[in-house]
Amino acid sequence: MAQVLVVTSGKGGVGKTTTTAALGAALAKTGKSVVVVDFDVGLRNLDLVMGAERRVVFDLVNVIQGDAKLAQALIKDKRLENLSLLPASQTRDKDALTAEGVAKVMAELKEKFDWVVCDSPAGIERGAQLAMAHADQAVIVTNPEVSSVRDSDRIIGMLDSTTEKAKAGEKMPKHLLLTRYDPARAARGEMLSVDDVLEILSIPLIGIIPESQEVLSASNVGAPVTLAAPDSAPARAYMEAARRLIGEKIDVTVPTEKKGLFDWLFKRGAA
Amino acid sequence: MSAPTANSSSATADPGTLPRIRAGGRSFLALVLTPEAPLDVWLEALDVQVSRSAGFFAGKPIILDLSLVAPDTEGLADFLPALTGRGIHVIGIEGADREEPVFASWDWPEGFAGGRISPEADIPDDSVEPPPLAPGSLVIEEPVRSGQQIVWAEGDVIVLGSVASGAEVSAGGSIHVYGTLRGRAIAGIVGRPDARIFARVMEPELLAIDGFYAIAEEMPAALTGKPAQAMLVDETLTLRPLT
Repeated sequence: MAQVLVVTSGKGGVGKTTTTAALGAALAKTGKSVVVVDFDVGLRNLDLVMGAERRVVFDLVNVIQGDAKLAQALIKDKRLENLSLLPASQTRDKDALTAEGVAKVMAELKEKFDWVVCDSPAGIERGAQLAMAHADQAVIVTNPEVSSVRDSDRIIGMLDSTTEKAKAGEKMPKHLLLTRYDPARAARGEMLSVDDVLEILSIPLIGIIPESQEVLSASNVGAPVTLAAPDSAPARAYMEAARRLIGEKIDVTVPTEKKGLFDWLFKRGAA
Repeated sequence: MSAPTANSSSATADPGTLPRIRAGGRSFLALVLTPEAPLDVWLEALDVQVSRSAGFFAGKPIILDLSLVAPDTEGLADFLPALTGRGIHVIGIEGADREEPVFASWDWPEGFAGGRISPEADIPDDSVEPPPLAPGSLVIEEPVRSGQQIVWAEGDVIVLGSVASGAEVSAGGSIHVYGTLRGRAIAGIVGRPDARIFARVMEPELLAIDGFYAIAEEMPAALTGKPAQAMLVDETLTLRPLT
């Protein structure tokens, strides 16, 4: 049975697209067939992060409007053959998406893939609602800061009220993914702690992604961090999150500040 | 086109495998309205009645008894649309002959005549005094999320989780929050100054009781994040520790 996963947050810039790419690739590495779907019509980015921007011919809007077949719009990843991308349209806006059209495309994708990972646009309007409408479960990407946490709370409320699953009276499993977590700033009390965020949102934690240079450089070279730097701390955290999604029980570890002896001596000398 | 196929296949199925049809009885009390001439005055009186008891006729089945109205009464041709326009749902008409030319334009409902006669129904008059509060409380087992709005005029609201920043809970009675109250709590909205707001962790954005409110800035810092209750003391919203 195919699983539809929506990656959402409410707030922009917290790492939804990065997470969609990294989690999609991580799920594909476990052997599942995966498609990542960009719902951010008008502001598409997933193609860039996946390194497929030069191969986009047709997109989600073309498929919805019947101008192209789904198979024509899907782009197979060059690194993992069981990973595909369905890009968004950059020239249109979110009004080009219709509820019926999205439902039809999602049904087709569910037949072809084990996992359909939807990258939601920011906001709580039409685009975000359509992205979450058919989800079986949700990953809520949150930064450890008050504005992101409040927006995530709002999105959780919508997941429980506006989605097809909610309308059918079912509960949608929701997972919290804390991104851009900076152990040093957390230690100094400059960010919300993991416990604070969990207490406010009260949904289970699926992973903590440390703020890292690897994530930024991976995006710039057009590869999900789980493929570009698989041994880096964020890639390992995404891999573990993906394994939790497919049902493995692994404890979540809170990243701590790692310092070499040299750093320690230097800091000490400077103080 | 799959539905007809499914139907025909089940129709030819062995009767032993067919699902049992569930049929149960249910009775509704239909109100009988008996208008009298002049109809415009009668409609006016009806409007007054409706204004004192909003929603009384809404969704209720109504039978129209025209035995006191002659077919040549002024305004009879437009009488049924006038009732429909007031949200009155006529399911049956008696005491008149539908073949009369005056009823030509009427959308004459089928059936529903006769029946057993019940005593005259009391139309509640809610302009005199508000209906008594139902004793029921609303228990919310989930956290109230940012942007959500809970309105429960019928009594107390009890939230087992937290009320998030940007969420709003309104209650006719008191509000009890067993988690952290970070959003807005508005108690006593039906005019009950004795309503209170209780929270195990009090960090609200706004508290109000019977129209008197206080924002976070005006609350004593010593009680923020502590178990506390809010009540009205001499028309001032007052926070006290819960001990």
